[in-house]
Amino acid sequence: MSTQDRPAASPAAGPTRREVYEAGVRRRANRIALASTIAVVLALVILIPLAPGWEDVKRAFFNGRVFAATFPGLVEAFVLNVMIFAWSAPLIALTGLGIALCRDTRSPALFPLRLFGVAYTDIFRGLPVVLVIYIIGFGVPGLGLPRPWNSPYIWGTLALVLVYSAYVAEVLRSGIDSIHQSQRAAAASLGLSERDTMRYVVLPQAIRNVVPANMNLFIALQKDVALLSFIGPVEIFRQAGVYKSLYANFTPYVGAALIFLALTIPATRYADYLMNKQNRERS
Amino acid sequence: MTAKLSLRGVRKRFGEVEVCKGIDLDVDEGEMVCLIGASGSGKSTLLRCMNLLEPVDDGVILLDGQDISEPGLDPQPVRQKIGIVFQSYNLFPHMSAAENVMLAPRRVYGQSREELRPKLAEMFGRFGLGDRMDHYPDQLSGGQQQRVAIIRALAMAPQIMLFDEITSALDPELVGEVLDVLRDLRGQGMTMVLATHEMGFARELADKVCFLDAGRILEQGPPDALFNAPREDRTKAFLARVL
Ligand SMILES: Nc1ncnc2c1ncn2[C@@H]1O[C@H](COP(=O)(O)OP(=O)(O)OP(=O)(O)O)[C@@H](O)[C@H]1O
Ligand SMILES: [Mg+2]
Repeated sequence: MSTQDRPAASPAAGPTRREVYEAGVRRRANRIALASTIAVVLALVILIPLAPGWEDVKRAFFNGRVFAATFPGLVEAFVLNVMIFAWSAPLIALTGLGIALCRDTRSPALFPLRLFGVAYTDIFRGLPVVLVIYIIGFGVPGLGLPRPWNSPYIWGTLALVLVYSAYVAEVLRSGIDSIHQSQRAAAASLGLSERDTMRYVVLPQAIRNVVPANMNLFIALQKDVALLSFIGPVEIFRQAGVYKSLYANFTPYVGAALIFLALTIPATRYADYLMNKQNRERS
Repeated sequence: MTAKLSLRGVRKRFGEVEVCKGIDLDVDEGEMVCLIGASGSGKSTLLRCMNLLEPVDDGVILLDGQDISEPGLDPQPVRQKIGIVFQSYNLFPHMSAAENVMLAPRRVYGQSREELRPKLAEMFGRFGLGDRMDHYPDQLSGGQQQRVAIIRALAMAPQIMLFDEITSALDPELVGEVLDVLRDLRGQGMTMVLATHEMGFARELADKVCFLDAGRILEQGPPDALFNAPREDRTKAFLARVL
């Protein structure tokens, strides 16, 4: 390191005593972390194959031949998950926003809206997702609607939208509540209407504050799209089930898991990164 | 001549605490009135009542002789006529300085950005912020933010401006630049009410100084009289502490 990169505050060449000490501590911590990681991995690699059922498990779950044969088909099926996700996500965002605004109304004439908002979030946050999918996914097409309105895609997606928008609404509402009263006062003092205050002052800040929390919800949604397999659509989970029966082997499930992780891990990391960044900015 | 803004027996309570205990005050057109008093004496509350950010419990507030404090009256048109600047600036952090200023004129008066921009550039220039229009609040110093907040209130072309201790969150070297702005406004004949701890400033520029004590205006008068020959013991004690 050349002396030029160092802050001008320390005119003496070379690191300060404190920097030398901290570098030493860091090196030591890294060495310990590396050693303990290697020890754990080695133990797993040596010990797991010693388990009596390991050979069977390996054959049933980690079969290279089955993996190679089914993986492309799984990826193809995953496209359907992504599509269902892609068109339910904006619907969820919009519905969630609508419900959050319903709950935030103050005027007595709009009390029914507010009541609706409360009931909506209570009901859909109180039910297991899969139950809502069953009730709506089987129930509504059972009314004997004409094509294409009897499609499980539509009603399954609707079930996801209903459930997830309740969660998104709650997150948004907490974001709205978190905007300091003084911002509303400033807007009001300029003569802005309540509506404009919400739209131009409160909501933009609230939405920005809850982006990380909402990202976590949407990651959960991406996983829960797999629940639609129970009512028909051949998405990745159902496709893996088909392969499992075909090859009498569980490897396709492992393949599906890998595909999910390839998407959800980076997304989760990113959400965490945003969350940390926001916490740092706030403090 | 009726006063521009008159308060008659204004009362305001928060729960059990009565913060304004019957305030009578007249502010004439073009006058600068300073409210002084200890912390908690009710200066901020009184200002917030004047532009209806807080509804008053009793008494009347007259703007040009019209009662604006009537319960149930739409406060919006009144607030357009009475601007307020807060101690903590309260700029909108997600908008640039220029957007902060343009929001209310755009939404309330339906003016367009193009229409507003030249006037804005002139105002920012006059306030020494010509090159700061497109900066975000967190890129501005406290003094600059406070001047943007003043421009934002002025952009609504109010008839009266209220200032709530707008320099008390500022570093001493930034106070001067904000006070200069007030001096400027006074020169232009703006009607102003200030809550302030800047006694020197009040003495120099105020037409009338009101000493607030526990929710009452204990004493009021021209700065010379009030600062040099206070009548009440409590005023004397307060001035002895702050001067
Ligand atoms: N929203 C509120 N709810 C309850 N009490 C309040 C509220 N706003 C102000 N008060 C109380 O009213 C009293 C007067 O407050 P106010 O802010 O008007 O004083 P101030 O003279 O502006 O003081 P300072 O010089 O510290 O700004 C205080 O006792 C305060 O605690
Ligand atoms: Mg105050």
